[in-house]
Amino acid sequence: MTQATLAPSHSHHSHDDHQHHHHEGGHFTHLQCKECGAEYEAKAIHVCELCFGPLEVKYDYDAIRANVSREKIAAGPHSIWRYRDFLPVTSADPIDVGTGMTPLIRANRLGRRLGLKNLYIKNDAVNMPTLSFKDRVVSVALTRARELGFDTVSCASTGNLANSTAAIAAHANLDCCVFIPSDLEAGKVLGTLIYGPTVMAVKGNYDQVNRLCSEVANSHGWGFVNINLRPYYSEGSKTLGFEVAEQLGWKLPDHIVAPLASGSLFTKIYKGFQELIATGLVDAKDVRCSGAQAEGCSPIAEAFRQNRDFITPVKPSTIAKSIAIGNPADGVYAVEQAQKTNGHIETATDAEIIEAMKLLAETEGIFTETAGGTTVAVLKKLAEAGKIDPDEVTVVYITGNGLKTQEAVQSHAGEPLTIEPKLDCFEAALERSRTLDRLEWQQVLV
Amino acid sequence: MAIKVLIPTPLQKFTGDRAEIECGGGSIGELIDSLEASCPGIKARLCDEAGKPRRFLNFYVNSEDIRFLDGVETPLKDGDEVSIVPAVAGG
Repeated sequence: MTQATLAPSHSHHSHDDHQHHHHEGGHFTHLQCKECGAEYEAKAIHVCELCFGPLEVKYDYDAIRANVSREKIAAGPHSIWRYRDFLPVTSADPIDVGTGMTPLIRANRLGRRLGLKNLYIKNDAVNMPTLSFKDRVVSVALTRARELGFDTVSCASTGNLANSTAAIAAHANLDCCVFIPSDLEAGKVLGTLIYGPTVMAVKGNYDQVNRLCSEVANSHGWGFVNINLRPYYSEGSKTLGFEVAEQLGWKLPDHIVAPLASGSLFTKIYKGFQELIATGLVDAKDVRCSGAQAEGCSPIAEAFRQNRDFITPVKPSTIAKSIAIGNPADGVYAVEQAQKTNGHIETATDAEIIEAMKLLAETEGIFTETAGGTTVAVLKKLAEAGKIDPDEVTVVYITGNGLKTQEAVQSHAGEPLTIEPKLDCFEAALERSRTLDRLEWQQVLV
Repeated sequence: MAIKVLIPTPLQKFTGDRAEIECGGGSIGELIDSLEASCPGIKARLCDEAGKPRRFLNFYVNSEDIRFLDGVETPLKDGDEVSIVPAVAGG
């Protein structure tokens, strides 16, 4: 822990002995500022008091290495908690609602369309219980919230996080109050209300909701999963890296493509890979990391393009609302990671996002939300531009479910053929649809 | 000239535990200097060595991020509300 000696002395450090002790039941030791290295106790805090950099959970990797094996993980629960040695909790009974261990499927048809021979999809559109990757981070955050003594949990959300926080809080018997922008998709609002939390629909965009929540978090003593619990919460995304490695037969992929909202998911998948290497569970390998943003909200892609080490915030305007964060807190780290790993950050227009949602559905049978459309659209662009080697083992992360954002594709998916309950009506309609299909194909061919 | 400034928790030790203080200044830059005069030590937390606001700290004037306005040059007038909020995101 060489950083410790360099770190500025700190008011939280009333004793020297508490900093690096293990939390009983877990291998995490403390929080550390990603910017200046200052260290803090593992409490409900998220920013460095000295420089306001984000705090990150630190672990004793020697202890983890001594305690884990591929066999032990494989024999663990069929959920993210099979990786609990790598997660910042102490509970003997973490909140396990069956989150994680979603399918990693070989995407042959989509791969053929894009000219990629080894394409895989990590399908968190079917993550439990609320059909997005957010259940991973929330399971960890609420487990930690309970350990830290919170009885009310909260979040600022673009929808998926609200769904997840409300659902898992219900399961864990925690009071819940969530904040969402008032213009969210109906499915995401209903998919929160049903669990019975207090829902604040804020007249403003996500960044304004976030700012309000930061102020509420200062004054109300609630556990905000993505604010004062954020260091713990974000660690849950590492499981998207762990699972892919395990599902590939304890090998790392060559290239990943993931959506970028705050940038947290992207950086944590990579952290997960690094931790597997550090603990000897996989062989070391350079993994290229590419990120996807919607053109209507692309502050990270813009910083990448201009090779900047700071993010200029934007005001989002895109159908990809779940990733429309104009002021992404981990944006600079996402840019660094893409550069360092020889990856790319690309954008997709709303029209390309819708086309990609249809492409994924028609080729692989996966109905993703707009964020997934963004990711597939960018995958397609990178493949077409020759920025993904056809032989690379490429994993594309689908993080949310299309049934929640039906508005986005409502008028783009065609209509059913309505017929009388008679055989001849069916035959006539079938003939017509085949003709239409042929015409469509002819159009494609010319 | 009175401007209301909302202070985040980690900085309240400089303001005598007050979450809200009144301050003067014709711009964000001047406001930071005037905060320093009444709460010594606070400027070094708000700004980096080059004197620029830290990259993980957001300043808002009446709810608008100063990066959409004129940055530290953003003018302030009587009755404005300035909030200082550490960056958070993840939705």
